[in-house]
Amino acid sequence: MTLDFSVVANAWPALLSGVMGTMLLAASGMALAMIIGVLGVAILRAQMRIPSFLVTAFVEIIRNTPFLVQIYFIFFALPLAGIRLNPTITAILALGLNGGAYAIEIIRGGVESISKGQTEAGLALGLHRGEVFRLIVLKPALKAIYPSLSSQFILLTLTTAICTSISAYELTSVGQRIEAETFRSFEVYFTLTMIYLVISLITMWVLAAIGKRAFNYPDR
Amino acid sequence: MEQSQQGGARMIEMRKVEKWYGAFHALKSVDLTVRQGERIVLCGPSGSGKSTLIRCINHLETIQDGEIVVSGHRLNDSQKAVDAVRREVGMVFQQFNLFPHKTVLENCILAPMRVRKLSRADAEATARRYLDRVRIGNQAEKYPAQLSGGQQQRVAIARALCMEPKAMLFDEPTSALDPEMVKEVLDTMIGLARDGMTMICVTHEMGFARQVADRVIFMADGEIVEENDPDTFFRNPQHERSRAFLGEILAHH
Amino acid sequence: MGPQELTYLVQGLGWTLILTAMGFLGGIVFGMVVALMRVSSRPWLRYPAIAWIGLFQGTPLLMQLFVAYFGLPLLGFDVPAWAAVGFALTAHASAFLGEIWRGAIQAVPKGQTEAANALGLHSRSRMFDVIVPQAFKLSLPATVGFLVQLLKGTSLAAIVGFIELARAGVIVSNQIYKPLVVFGVVGVMYFAICWPLSLYGRHLERRMAAGVLK
Repeated sequence: MTLDFSVVANAWPALLSGVMGTMLLAASGMALAMIIGVLGVAILRAQMRIPSFLVTAFVEIIRNTPFLVQIYFIFFALPLAGIRLNPTITAILALGLNGGAYAIEIIRGGVESISKGQTEAGLALGLHRGEVFRLIVLKPALKAIYPSLSSQFILLTLTTAICTSISAYELTSVGQRIEAETFRSFEVYFTLTMIYLVISLITMWVLAAIGKRAFNYPDR
Repeated sequence: MEQSQQGGARMIEMRKVEKWYGAFHALKSVDLTVRQGERIVLCGPSGSGKSTLIRCINHLETIQDGEIVVSGHRLNDSQKAVDAVRREVGMVFQQFNLFPHKTVLENCILAPMRVRKLSRADAEATARRYLDRVRIGNQAEKYPAQLSGGQQQRVAIARALCMEPKAMLFDEPTSALDPEMVKEVLDTMIGLARDGMTMICVTHEMGFARQVADRVIFMADGEIVEENDPDTFFRNPQHERSRAFLGEILAHH
Repeated sequence: MGPQELTYLVQGLGWTLILTAMGFLGGIVFGMVVALMRVSSRPWLRYPAIAWIGLFQGTPLLMQLFVAYFGLPLLGFDVPAWAAVGFALTAHASAFLGEIWRGAIQAVPKGQTEAANALGLHSRSRMFDVIVPQAFKLSLPATVGFLVQLLKGTSLAAIVGFIELARAGVIVSNQIYKPLVVFGVVGVMYFAICWPLSLYGRHLERRMAAGVLK
């Protein structure tokens, strides 16, 4: 057995831009997931029957099917609906929808952990339900579940690798191109694995820093 | 103190109010009129419906039958009436319910800016005035978790006052406090009463009732059982249930 | 989509279930080892377990599959694709289950260990007679949750080229040019298996929450 990592090392500029692609996918996916998560919980809180049912159905379907099938489905469905997006944007959409379903579930738990008194105090001051959710309940709820949300977002970062299946621009697809040119499969994937390990450590660190900054108020 | 009982305009009126929680009859045909400037103390054993009663006044609870009119607004399901009432009636809770992610000052300016549409500068000026009044002005930049229970409750009172309400509802404001902090909160409430605020207080602080109440209302099992001036109520309670209740309260103090 | 295509998908589903079973059963065995190492007081047992868990939780499952698929032959193991995939899934599951069970073991109240000590149980009996049975119960909802995650994860074997349900879907879709129908059916098949499991996991969780309150 002879290993030759030099061909992989020589491809470092491509790998680096692949890392950028992965980071871009992950960051945009998280942002979209966050928006979907908060909106989904807001809809559930409004307690209207049909919208609530749709949100619940969305969450259950996403959580109980593989991301790979979801991304294929979206990839083929969008053009049929007359929407033409490049693979990278499609991937962000798929990541956001997938992460959003999990975010809804997590954030809902956080909102339920906030005491009813907070809502009542807001209402008694004359604020409307939407304002109470946005200005009073949301931030403490997010603080309560931030650790779970962070783990979910690390998972989302690792999920970006699957986006190679629709040729989105990210690290794994770059790696597959190098593999096709050099036939050094093991070396390529071993290197990618180590790079992903670093990426998740960095993501973890960044998320912790964001959490520290965003929720820097003391509670009891 | 007597003159306010007849004098002022009707601030809060409840007529034949019925409230059910499922099969539990929480309020039974409650009638109550509170005039401007009146100070009412509401007492009774736990589960008697006193908290439910004041929570109906600002529509935190909905009623099944009867009528509630607050400062000319008839409470029904229209959001407009509810908004109007909540703008004019402040509430202080047993558990303070300060917003933990906002500083004391931010707690106080949120509703004035959102609901009364004040500018930030005006809202802050108002907030500082009321924070000074409850003697907590120097803590304006702190977060609720950094204050003692008594301080938090005084902030909660200031926060309600910042809406310049016409009436204040107090839902057992001292029950969650350590004994040594009860006085500072009661003193704040006494100050408010002296300045002529219309108040309904659910409390077991009988000293407070004696000192400031125009009327003491005693509830049991969802009904108003007795309604009297404090002197009469404490010296010569008319009903057996009031007597039993007073006996228990006084035994504990 | 005719009966022929459907049969093909069902065969793929069969492989999905086989891969899941391989990964899960292997994961149970090795996950136990990882969990016990992870809670050991001896650093030379604990640190490798921490590294193992960190490695598998910090890298994409897809990379783990690739590395096993191309790495095993390099090490002289000329194994068929299903074995390489099964190997990777087992290692993956051992890390995740190991971490779930570590949490469960550490969630057993400290008083239990103290009571066992007071009774004079030696450390093996304390672990296997007292702690592990309780931890097993505590970990059940998360374990079922991971089973669902693993089943969905087997779909990545498709990218390595192994024909399970997702790959069967790609092939059929390329044949009959109806991707939405095909992936819709494939999605329904996954859902039909995962959803009941998820519901069962939630049921366990709710029952346990109620039990704790008692």
